[in-house]
Parts: sequence; structure tokens; C-alpha cells
Amino acid sequence: MALLELKDVQTFYGNIQALKGISISVEEGEIVTLIGANGAGKTTTLMSICGITPIRSGQIILKGQEISKLSPNRIVKMGVSQVPEGRRIFPQLTVSENLDMGAFLRTDKEGIRRDMEQVFTIFPRLAERRNQLGGTLSGGEQQMLAISRALMANPHLLLLDEPSLGLAPLVVQNIFEVIQKINKERKTTILLVEQNANMALKIANKGYVMQNGVIKIADTAAHLLENEEVRKAYLGL
Amino acid sequence: MKLRSILADIGKSLATAVWFMVLLFPLMVMKVNVARGVAQIQFRWNLLPLVGVGAFVLSYAWRIALEWNERRGANKSEGMSSRIRAAGAAYLARPAVRTSSLLVLLAFVIAFPFLFGMYHTNVMITAFIYVILGLGLNIVVGLGGLLNLGYAAFFGVGAYTYGLIWKYIGPSFVAAGMDPGWLFWISLPLAGIIATLFGILLSLPVLRLRGDYLAIITLAFGEIFRMVMQNSGDLTGGATGISLIPRPWFFGQKLPPTKAATYIYFIAIVLVIITIFVVRRIEDSRVGRALEAMREDEVACEAMGIDLVKNKLITFALGAFWAGIAGVLMAAQTTYINPDSFTLWESIIILMAVVIGGTGSIPGVIGGAILLKLLPEYFRALAQYRMLIYGIAMILVIIFKPDGLIPRKRKQYTFERKEATK
Repeated sequence: MALLELKDVQTFYGNIQALKGISISVEEGEIVTLIGANGAGKTTTLMSICGITPIRSGQIILKGQEISKLSPNRIVKMGVSQVPEGRRIFPQLTVSENLDMGAFLRTDKEGIRRDMEQVFTIFPRLAERRNQLGGTLSGGEQQMLAISRALMANPHLLLLDEPSLGLAPLVVQNIFEVIQKINKERKTTILLVEQNANMALKIANKGYVMQNGVIKIADTAAHLLENEEVRKAYLGL
Repeated sequence: MKLRSILADIGKSLATAVWFMVLLFPLMVMKVNVARGVAQIQFRWNLLPLVGVGAFVLSYAWRIALEWNERRGANKSEGMSSRIRAAGAAYLARPAVRTSSLLVLLAFVIAFPFLFGMYHTNVMITAFIYVILGLGLNIVVGLGGLLNLGYAAFFGVGAYTYGLIWKYIGPSFVAAGMDPGWLFWISLPLAGIIATLFGILLSLPVLRLRGDYLAIITLAFGEIFRMVMQNSGDLTGGATGISLIPRPWFFGQKLPPTKAATYIYFIAIVLVIITIFVVRRIEDSRVGRALEAMREDEVACEAMGIDLVKNKLITFALGAFWAGIAGVLMAAQTTYINPDSFTLWESIIILMAVVIGGTGSIPGVIGGAILLKLLPEYFRALAQYRMLIYGIAMILVIIFKPDGLIPRKRKQYTFERKEATK
């Protein structure tokens, strides 16, 4: 059974239909990537999974349970945590406060402390800056903080929305290595939305190509990298 | 280089002066006298240079101040004032100094009503009421980041709770042979609770609003409250309000006005201390930090599993609670309430106390509230210029001290030390 399954999901913003029947399945332990151009509906898909933009029809099934009618905090409680697009850290809170907010729904103080230390070993740069305000970090550090903050919820499923956005190539490399590491070491399943299709497909098991609110191609990442259409449209080869 | 920039400044100021002379010409120089049905224009040329020189001096001073402000921003740590402040902070950080200065302050605050008499005591009570209001609004605006322009309505809810309890329950209370002084103590928690309920009531329609829209709705709420109080004359006394509200009695004993003022003064102090304590606890708690997170980014909050609906309810409810408490205090002090005490202007004054003092900073809000209530009281001679002074003060604070007079200090969390002791 898939960890997460979307069945014919349709989401609207007012009268505008952003998702026109999306079906995705994410297996336990996988890295699945969602690639596509601007406005294809990738972010909306993640927001729908989180319950932030409620879906109009279809089903979202997490661990065998329908979650599309649940409020965002219930979904987070079930082990889904999101790194939103554009990082969206809390600029006026310190790094450690940001992390603590990530663990908002958890009550085990000891576990939170342990996880914070663990996050600091993944990103030593954050440990140096734990008392610094989030807004004073550089773009790369903010992305690290956003990922760490999501990890603090101890998720089974991590939703990453364009972690490479606006970052230098070296930093992007570093972030993607960490994503792989999180997947391997913590056994966290990852759904990765990316415009940097090349990087995303290289670390993913499976990929979906989105266009105008529908899934165009669904295949393994290796096949997608070979796919002529994908290569031309998204990899620039 | 330096000379050139000075010359450029002088040139710009001269241009401003000329512009002002043109602009103010019809106002300042021309004067129309109507004598026997004939309009005659009198030219007061002697005022023209006055306008020019005044505009030039003000404009030049403003330019220098702005430049100084920019330079100060660039090398903040080296400024004279920051060095003095650092030295002061280091001095105050010594525990002996800290406790003794706190004791001196406490002794002064306790001795105040006995030293300065009833008038000054009453002024101070008003200031304390505004401190409570400021701290309450600070939860909404400073922590939650929700602009509330109808805060005076909650203040009014508190005051009217006490007033209406006195009006309707008071007589039967007296008839039953009980002291009406007890009503104050019944009203105090009750007003807090009722104001909280109103806070929740207001927060329901504004759950999805932010910024301007939120401000407009809260403003409307404030006005609706006032209008309802004013127009339901039979129930609330209408525009004439409710009078002869009893002051709290001292253990079943009615006090003469002077002593009652002293008594209310001490009640106010205790309430202020409780407020400070509770607000600090809220700020340091996870709930408080969730409120701050909501101020920073609502979408990120939702992604973290922070319940925004609950958060907004908490924010409005907590803010309203303190306003309700302050309202009872106000009704007891003045013994008279009417809808005119809870206008939009009142909300704005409280908001100004928060902003001028330092949004989010407890000492800042206390300072701002006391400043904004004491200065007009002691500079009554300038009363007609009050709005002008408030306006200028607001502009100066926003440009030169955007974080307020006593900006909020972020709490530092150190994990290293904890590990070392383990």
C-alpha cells in the first residue's frame, strides 16, 4: 500500500481550476519528484496534500486514511510536513525558535531537544547561528532552516517545494545531498517539487511531469531522464 | 565633497523656503477684510520673510537630522548614546544594583499617593489603566500582528459590565443589606470574562482577514459598540451614561474619595503587576511564540501545524480580557461612564502608546502608556496643540526610532550552557 495516494484530485482557486484531476502515488521510503513549468500546479498539489488549499473533488489517502477533509494541523500531526516554496521562515524569530515552531505539535521535550541537536549535526551552519534572527540568514541558510524546521515535526513524509529556488549552484548541490541523506538515514519519504528537473530526477526514484494542472508523464526517474520529450522540454538538452 | 553636500543641502532648503513662501502666500500674507460690504485685501508683507526663514531653518534642520539618522544606522555600535546605554545596562545587570533600584522604584510607587495628594494619584491611576490597556493591545498587535482599531470597545465592555451590574443588581444588592462595594470585586473577573467573550465574538468574522481589512472591521466593531451603547437609552442610559458607580470599599467600609483614590491606586498597581507577569509568561510560552509565528507568516504556520483559528481566537480573547479589567478600574475611578469615553480616538491613543513605546516590548509599552497619559495631564497649557504634538511625536518616532523608544530585546536561548552542566 502506498504511503500517500492522490486520486483524481481537483483544486480550485475561486473559479480557476489549478488541478484538473491529479493522481499520484508515493511509496514508503521513496523520493518522488514532481517537475514541470511555472503554473503547472506543483505547489498547489503540495498545498492540497497539506490541506492548506482544500480540494474540491477526489481523494487524498495517507496511510490508508482519507485526509482531504482534515485541517492542516491534523495532517501535520499524521506525519506530513512541508518546506514551503520560498522558504517562508519566521524572520523575527531566532533559528532555534524557528525550529521549535516546527515541532509545535510535539510535546516530548526530550525528543525535541534531541532532534534539534540532530538537525544541528546535519546543518552545522545553523548550530553556529542558533541565536540569530531567521531573517538575517543568507538564502542558503534560510533554506537549511526551512528544511530543518520541517524535520523537527519528525515527519514520515516530507514535502519539499523548490528547495533550489534562488540559490547558488554549490548550495543547491549541498541541499540535494542533504535531501538524499535525510531519505536514507531517517527513512523519510520525500515528495520533491522542483523546476531544476535534472537535479531532482537524479536523486529521485520516480517522477511525475506536470503541465497545466494534469500529470503528463509518470515514470521512473531513470526513464524520465532518458525520455526525449522530457529532455527537450525540461532538461534543456 | 563635504562642502558640496552642505551647499546642496542649503540649496534644497532654499528651494523649499521659496516654495513655502509661494504656498503660504494666500494664507499668511493676504488678509481679506470685509468692511461695509466691501472686501479689501491687506498685504502683510512683513510676514513673508518670516515664513521664508522659518521654512528654511526647519527644512535644513530636518535634512541634517535625516543625515544624522542614516549615519547612525551605519555605525550603530559606536554612537555615544549606545555606549551610554551599554554602560547603563551593564550597571543595571549587577544584581545588587538591580534589586536596590527596583526597591527604590517600588518604594516611590507605594509612597506616591501619600506624597503627592489626590489629583496626582488620580492621574497616575489613569496612566496605570492605560498601561494595562497597552499591555493587552500589545498581545494583539505586538505578538499576534493583528491591527485592532476597535480596542476601546473591549475597554467599554469592561466599564459597562460594572456600570450595568451597578445599575441593575446594585439596588437589590443594597436592599439585601450588602455593601455595594463588593460589586467591584464581582465585576472585575466578570468584566474580564465578558470582554473575552466579545473578543472571541469579534475574532470569528475576522479569522480570514489581515492588515487593512482587519483594521477596518475592528474599527467598525468599536463604533458599533459605541453606537449601541449610545442608542439603547433605556438599557444603558444612552448618551448620559451611568453615574454614581460605587468605588470599591475597603473590607466592607466605605472610603472618602481621597482614600478611595489611594485604594484604587494600589488595586491598579497590583493589576499592573499581574498583567506584566501574565503577559511575560505568555510571551515566553510556546503559545506566545506561535502568535509571533502567525505575525511573521501565516502559510508557514499552517504548514507547521499551528492552528491559525485557535491562535487568532486566543489573541483577541487575551487582548480583550485585559481591556475588560481596565474598564472596570476606569468605571470605579471616575464613578461615571458614558459612550464618549470609548471612541475610536481612545483606541488610537492606546495603539500609539504601543507603537511609540516599542511594539512587542513590555517596558516600552509601559513607558509609552505613561508618557502619553502623563504629558498631556501636566502640560495642560498646551492642550490645544495636543494633536499637533502627538502627530509630530509619531512622525519623529517612526523615522528616528522605528522600533519604539524602548525596543524589544529578543530573548537569547543558549543550549551550550545546559549541556555543560549535565
